[in-house]
Amino acid sequence: MHATALIAEDEPLLAAALAAELQRLWPELQVVATVGHGAAAVEQALALRPDICFLDIRMPGQNGIEAAQALAEDWPDDAGTGAPFPLIVFVTAYEQYALQAFQAAAVDYVLKPVDPARLAQTCARLRSRLAQRAGTGQPLEAAVAQLRALLQAPGLAPAGAEPLQVIQAGVGQAIHMVPVTEVICFEAADKYVRVLTAEREYLIRTSLRELLPRLDPQQFWLVHRGVVVRATAIEAAVRDETGKLRLHLRGRPERPVVSRIHAHRFRPM
Amino acid sequence: MKLPPDLRQELPAIARRAPVVLGLNTAVALLMWHFMEHRRLDEQLVNVHAIGVTSWLLIDVGRFFFGQPGSPDRMGHGWRKLLFLAFGIVTGYIAGTLVSDAYSGRSTWALLRQAPDAFLSLAGLSLLIGSAIVYFFYTRGELQYHRAQAEAAHREALETQLKLLESQLEPHMLFNTLANLRALIALDPPRAQAMLDRMIAFLRATLNASRTELHPLRLEFERLADYLELMRIRMGDRLATRLELPPACAGLPVPPLLLQPLVENAIKHGLEPCVDGGRVEVSAALDGDRLVLRVRDTGVGLPHPTPAADGDGFGLDQVRRRLSTMYGGRATLRLVPADDAAGGTLAEIRLPLSPTPPEA
Repeated sequence: MHATALIAEDEPLLAAALAAELQRLWPELQVVATVGHGAAAVEQALALRPDICFLDIRMPGQNGIEAAQALAEDWPDDAGTGAPFPLIVFVTAYEQYALQAFQAAAVDYVLKPVDPARLAQTCARLRSRLAQRAGTGQPLEAAVAQLRALLQAPGLAPAGAEPLQVIQAGVGQAIHMVPVTEVICFEAADKYVRVLTAEREYLIRTSLRELLPRLDPQQFWLVHRGVVVRATAIEAAVRDETGKLRLHLRGRPERPVVSRIHAHRFRPM
Repeated sequence: MKLPPDLRQELPAIARRAPVVLGLNTAVALLMWHFMEHRRLDEQLVNVHAIGVTSWLLIDVGRFFFGQPGSPDRMGHGWRKLLFLAFGIVTGYIAGTLVSDAYSGRSTWALLRQAPDAFLSLAGLSLLIGSAIVYFFYTRGELQYHRAQAEAAHREALETQLKLLESQLEPHMLFNTLANLRALIALDPPRAQAMLDRMIAFLRATLNASRTELHPLRLEFERLADYLELMRIRMGDRLATRLELPPACAGLPVPPLLLQPLVENAIKHGLEPCVDGGRVEVSAALDGDRLVLRVRDTGVGLPHPTPAADGDGFGLDQVRRRLSTMYGGRATLRLVPADDAAGGTLAEIRLPLSPTPPEA
């Protein structure tokens, strides 16, 4: 069966070995791109629309799981136009927690060093799922459900440091102390995070990834890979004319978009 | 009555000393009875035991109530300790004498008035024997204390070796290296062989590092070159390296794999998060009577205000501990942002040209 694949792996030799092994086991599979970090994987996958993505877990910048998440959030919602969501296979060296998480979320994974027998099984599974997919569609929903389970699996998130009480934001020569209780929303902006309160906004030089484990998940909800909102500050979740779910906030004009991974939180009781 | 907690811990040891004290007292009483015929054996026994046991309890238990908190044996150091011991002996002598006088119906204080010379020689003898016994315990205690110190240092050294081994044989590093090796075997067998040789040299050094105290800096650099080459095979052109060892430094002794955790940190925390990677430079230089070793990367730089806890728990403090074991306070390690345009982090070790001789 003919299919296309993308390989994201930061160690060039391992990428070459995986490509060679795939070539041997599945000659019709065409590797359309090999990239070395998560952001490039997302960019290339969106551009080339491969059938399968092999994502290394440990990569510089965005890791494999973050890349899969970004891909699921940014994948165009054009069901039936022939660009179904890729099947995702995680590639990982021995990492106990990751393996447990993968098994819990029932996502496909390959261990490094790549064992040909195991990879052959994976290829067989991928072939049958591609054959099924041709008939049904909706792989994105399944992928989103799997990713959601994966993100909630224990062991993948870094151990939470003590919860933050105060955000220390540099403004000119001063350090402003912003109580976390006043924050309505955190928004990732490149290497910074925007911190929004009812009165004003601050920029802090921390990544959302570092910030997240230090916030109480009951109070602060992740609604998109780049946006964390205080649950009690959400007034309403509304579908706009393009079909996107947007949040109306109390005390802020912003209308953050809820990604499909986190949309399940906004259902009537 | 509430006992001080450290006294409660010490009680078993105090109880173990009881038979020794009683045995010594009995032996002294028998000797005195043998040489001084004017006393009955039972009186002599009561006299010596009363004085001995009182002195012993005053010192061994009393130190927890009115000794010096904070010192290891609760008796302070130098003249303080001597004063405390003298107080215990004298007070024990007075109290013990009162008890034994009550038993025998005689009065030692009357003897003081009637025949001061006789009293003085008797009291002097008692105090001398008391001092001898205390001295015996004192030296034994000191000896045990030093032995415990030496054992603790030894344990620490072993722990360091174990940690070093663990970090080197960390499964993730091993699996990734083996995965690369497996790939190379198919793609480029001669290179695979070279990589395997490096890995063997590196693992051998790791095992040896836990056995040798010091090795020449030249070997340290060779092992770092092995490790960096393994990492270069893995990271491809994301990792550039430079090793700079002036001939004058090549023979100087350093603890084996001292720089290893620093180089590992430079790659793991400095370069790996960078999409484009960067450069690791290791250099040695002489600065007067100091050897200066630098590990520098052009990576993401130190985490600002809150340094993240080291996930593997092996790194800077481990290097610091090794330095202080080997050089006392004469070696330093500092970690600072690199001060040129390339950015990143600089770790700098300054150490004396020879290790501190262990204190005798």
